[in-house]
Amino acid sequence: MKYIIKHMLMHKKVALWGITLKTIATLAELALPLILEHIIDNVAPTGSLTMMILWGIAMILISVAAFLLHINANRLASLVARKSTLGIRHDLFNTTIRLSAADADRFTVPSLESRITSDTYNIHQFTGMILRMGIRAPILLFGGIFVTVFMDPVLTLVMVVLLPIIACSVFFISKKGVPLFTATQKKLDKMIGVLRENAVGIRVIKALTKYDYEKRRFDDANKEHVKSEKIASMTMASVNPIMNAVLNIGTTLVIFFGAYRVMGKQMEPGAIISFIQFFTMISTSMMAVTRIFVMYSKASASANRVAEVIETPESLLAEKIEDYPCRSREYHVEFKDVSFSYNGKINNIDNVSFALKRGEKLGIIGATGSGKSTLIYLLMRFYDVDSGGIYIDGRDIRTYDKETLHKMFGVALQNDFIRNGSIEDNIRFDRELSREQIEKGSRLAQARDFIEDKEGGFDFVLNSKGTNLSGGQRQRILVSRALSGDPDILILDDSSSALDYKTDAALRKAIFSEMNSSTVFIVAQRVSSVMQCDRILVLDEGMPIAYGTHDELIETCEIYKEISMSQMGGEVE
Amino acid sequence: MNGPGMGPGRGRMSANAEKLSKEERSHVLLKMGMYLWRELPYLLIALVMMIVSSTLALFGPRLSSAAIGEIEKGANGLISWDDAIDNIVEKVILMVVLYLVSAIMSYALSIMMIFISKKITYRMRKQLFGKLISLPVGYFDTHQTGDIISRMSYDIDTVNASLSHDLLQIITSSYTVVFSFVMMCRVSIPLIFIFAITVPISIFFAKYRSKKVRPLFRLRSQRLGELNGYAEEMLSGHKTIKAYSSENAVVGEFDRLNDLTCEAYYNAEYQGSVMGPSMSLINNISISLVTLFGGILYMYSIGGAVGAASLLHMSIEKLNEFTQYSRKFSGPINEFGNIMNELHSAMSAAERVFKVLETEPELEDAKDAYVLTDVKGEVEIKNVTFGYVEGKTIIKDLNLKVKPGQTVAIVGPTGSGKTTIINLLMRFYDVNEGEIYIDGHEIRSVTRESLRGAFTMVLQDTWLFNSTIYENIAYGREGATEDEVIAAAKAAKIHHYIEALPDGYNTVLSDDGINISKGQKQLITIARAMLADSHMLILDEATSNVDSRTEQQIQAAMNKLRQGKTSFVIAHRLSTIQNADVILVIKDGVVIESGDHNSLLRSGGFYASLYNSQFSA
Repeated sequence: MKYIIKHMLMHKKVALWGITLKTIATLAELALPLILEHIIDNVAPTGSLTMMILWGIAMILISVAAFLLHINANRLASLVARKSTLGIRHDLFNTTIRLSAADADRFTVPSLESRITSDTYNIHQFTGMILRMGIRAPILLFGGIFVTVFMDPVLTLVMVVLLPIIACSVFFISKKGVPLFTATQKKLDKMIGVLRENAVGIRVIKALTKYDYEKRRFDDANKEHVKSEKIASMTMASVNPIMNAVLNIGTTLVIFFGAYRVMGKQMEPGAIISFIQFFTMISTSMMAVTRIFVMYSKASASANRVAEVIETPESLLAEKIEDYPCRSREYHVEFKDVSFSYNGKINNIDNVSFALKRGEKLGIIGATGSGKSTLIYLLMRFYDVDSGGIYIDGRDIRTYDKETLHKMFGVALQNDFIRNGSIEDNIRFDRELSREQIEKGSRLAQARDFIEDKEGGFDFVLNSKGTNLSGGQRQRILVSRALSGDPDILILDDSSSALDYKTDAALRKAIFSEMNSSTVFIVAQRVSSVMQCDRILVLDEGMPIAYGTHDELIETCEIYKEISMSQMGGEVE
Repeated sequence: MNGPGMGPGRGRMSANAEKLSKEERSHVLLKMGMYLWRELPYLLIALVMMIVSSTLALFGPRLSSAAIGEIEKGANGLISWDDAIDNIVEKVILMVVLYLVSAIMSYALSIMMIFISKKITYRMRKQLFGKLISLPVGYFDTHQTGDIISRMSYDIDTVNASLSHDLLQIITSSYTVVFSFVMMCRVSIPLIFIFAITVPISIFFAKYRSKKVRPLFRLRSQRLGELNGYAEEMLSGHKTIKAYSSENAVVGEFDRLNDLTCEAYYNAEYQGSVMGPSMSLINNISISLVTLFGGILYMYSIGGAVGAASLLHMSIEKLNEFTQYSRKFSGPINEFGNIMNELHSAMSAAERVFKVLETEPELEDAKDAYVLTDVKGEVEIKNVTFGYVEGKTIIKDLNLKVKPGQTVAIVGPTGSGKTTIINLLMRFYDVNEGEIYIDGHEIRSVTRESLRGAFTMVLQDTWLFNSTIYENIAYGREGATEDEVIAAAKAAKIHHYIEALPDGYNTVLSDDGINISKGQKQLITIARAMLADSHMLILDEATSNVDSRTEQQIQAAMNKLRQGKTSFVIAHRLSTIQNADVILVIKDGVVIESGDHNSLLRSGGFYASLYNSQFSA
């Protein structure tokens, strides 16, 4: 909640204007019953028609003024809501997209997504409403009390007794509401999670005809969400009847005590009428207050969820260079005794060391799950090493700021990400690259031909996730992205698995003959993909079991030999 | 997943909120009405509760005016104060009881409405989900997941909010309006004429405004969907975006969409919020006029110019009652203004939901569709031609005959249409021309369930859902025992890995779980496939992410998996397929060579050059 207020305060000038206008407008509305009383008690008995009409006109003018003020106040309220939501959503997305990989794993994508969409939407609704209704209702309330004190202090006591009751019940109920709505949002995350999985895995579900199973899974999530929302709504629904009952009983008390006051000639009957009018007015505005409280509980739950993300301390910041001693600049990239574990239990990378000179090419090969991709993630500092150090140009990567570090890389990861946009846009990926560089990259990646066959060539628009490309084409777009712009360090994480051997061979040839200035990491399954590399690292369960050239490894490393034989030797006649 | 090319133009910037035609609007209303119709019994109960509660609340002003009347009588000395007090106490007690009962009733009513609206949301979500998974695969290839999610969450929420709040409000308000009107008529007919002027003005105005505001609300829903689509898309590429430090550009684009979304929201909200004050204005003017004319009548009445029997006669008691009812009368009309906005947004949201519900699902199976049982696995593809979009043929006049138990390998450059053949076999897409027969049955005359059930499929894109590893493997066959699951995991060479995890088979695979590599995921899906006991097998790059050593280790299991089954294998690693009975080499959708490994090598064609290329480094 603090968070919303902070953002709204950024626009306090507009907000203050809006509040001022709203206040005046509301006060004008408050004047109407007063005039009514005046007419009945004072004007009508005089019998002056002119006065009557004049007062009538005054009422109409006040109404018009209130109208104009309200409209403008609403506009300003919407403006504040728009601006603060813009800011909140920006902050949230900005933090989200910069979250460290570990933090993002912790929040999970569906949850992050629903925070960006559903939660900020709740906040937007609330900010607009609080400025429109949240001003008017309290003013009607306190204004009503204020005016009635002047009308008849004794009757006002009735109100003074009742208000704490209302305040307490509202406070208590909305306090209960926040955790209930938080729970509901969580259930929503879960339901969205199932939906998302289905959208992604539709082929498998259809192939296995798992409709009923999936429907059941969704149904469970749906039911839980509905149940949780029901409880939250039912709790909040009690505010309204309680308020109404208390206020209405207040009305009867006013009449009751009013009777004695009139009897004692301390007040006019007309005063009771306008008193009751105020009560009616207050009870109507109380309806608005109820809705605000429902919204408040909901928005507050959402704001907490948003704040949770935004307040995640930015991790993996650049460390002070003094704390991390430099090493010799002889090597371009160096791993020194690197160990790392995702869960803190089993080491996923265990004591890996190697060093590459600028322009050298390293092949990384190993069984599924041996830690090849993890090694790459560490090099790119998606995660920090647990012990040891990774050095680029002799400097520990933890001392580079993220941008500088990432600018060195051209990378094609396993999780192929293609977004909705043109091929050129997907290859450029927001870097400052010329069209020539992109064309060169795509040529090296063996993608040029098929791109030019597409309608519009480089302007051909790709669907998100690249659903309008074949698997191999998709991979070559990713490789084009990595190769464009002559990166210092080129990383290809298993990015030719969908290519046929011929294309793969051509790609390799291009990399080895034209990417001379780049230090290259090739993660692969195929020995043929790495055999030309200057060094080959064989990983097994996170441990480096061999390191050397193809010829050396064939002689010395049993596992490497085995892999190599299985792929190339053996069956060839 | 060789997707269909729906071509450009499905950009996220196609936001164009044309107006909804009248027919479409009434169509949406009708559909929403149908959801309500199914809850009719509950709605009727709610209606009764509402009438009771409102009636009780509405009698309040009558009683209070009566009490005030007594006060006046007492003050004017018409009756003794003791009598007056007695009368007043009686009325006050009645009022307290009335209000209490009314409050209880209205709470019960809210609960009822929550119950109904949640029931409807639940059903709507269920239907939408059921519909979504019945849609052809192409729908998901061409629609952003984020937008689909937005429909499921935000749009249905909006409809829900509107149903639970507005519906009640509308009914209560309508009732209050009618009731107040009747009461006002009883008090003073002449003053009613003021409303005869102001009410039509309100209605006319409301109609005019809603025409203007409606498209704004549609735009709002649409923009929000687009924003969500973008957010979801970018979140899925979190690592890549980091790797290229392209956060700024991505946030920039997000900001642009965010700005558009907020602007659309602002326009709808601001334009919509004009309604409330406008109604207030008309209201306040009515009340001013009532006060003015009522006051004049009162003035003449106490002056004696108007007789007590006259229609025009006005007492303070009557004037109080009339103004109270006129507030009650115009209050709801005021509320209508606000409700209209919510209805507009609910309509736009509902429209987006119904649009999905009305999308053509996969063609229904023919009534007399054949259920494939005891599949032998004879497959014949006859003169098949197919393209995802018109004019772009991917498969041209494909012919193929496969005997039961044979293994068919499909090789060819990427983009040549290999995966498309699989899409056609599984009927993810239907052929444009030609026929496909399984055991002599044309696949379009066979139920989809039995057709797909006849295949086991392992794809390159592994798909695991957020549940335990055990659940994910057992997914392959309903009712698989624990032993079978473990046996499958062992055969897929993933058992030891799973056992080494702290939670073993109960390890929950969280979304985009990082601690499990693509290769391991693939092994789990292979284990899943091993559980399924169908007669035909599709392996589309099933082991591409598994290293060749592991692949070799699971080879025995894979062979066993293939045994006696007609298998279609797509693989780049030619060692995987050289034992195939038939190798089809396709290029640009046409079979250019076919035969077994040896004969193809001998012929020295495309296959031979592909094969040799893997040894040239």
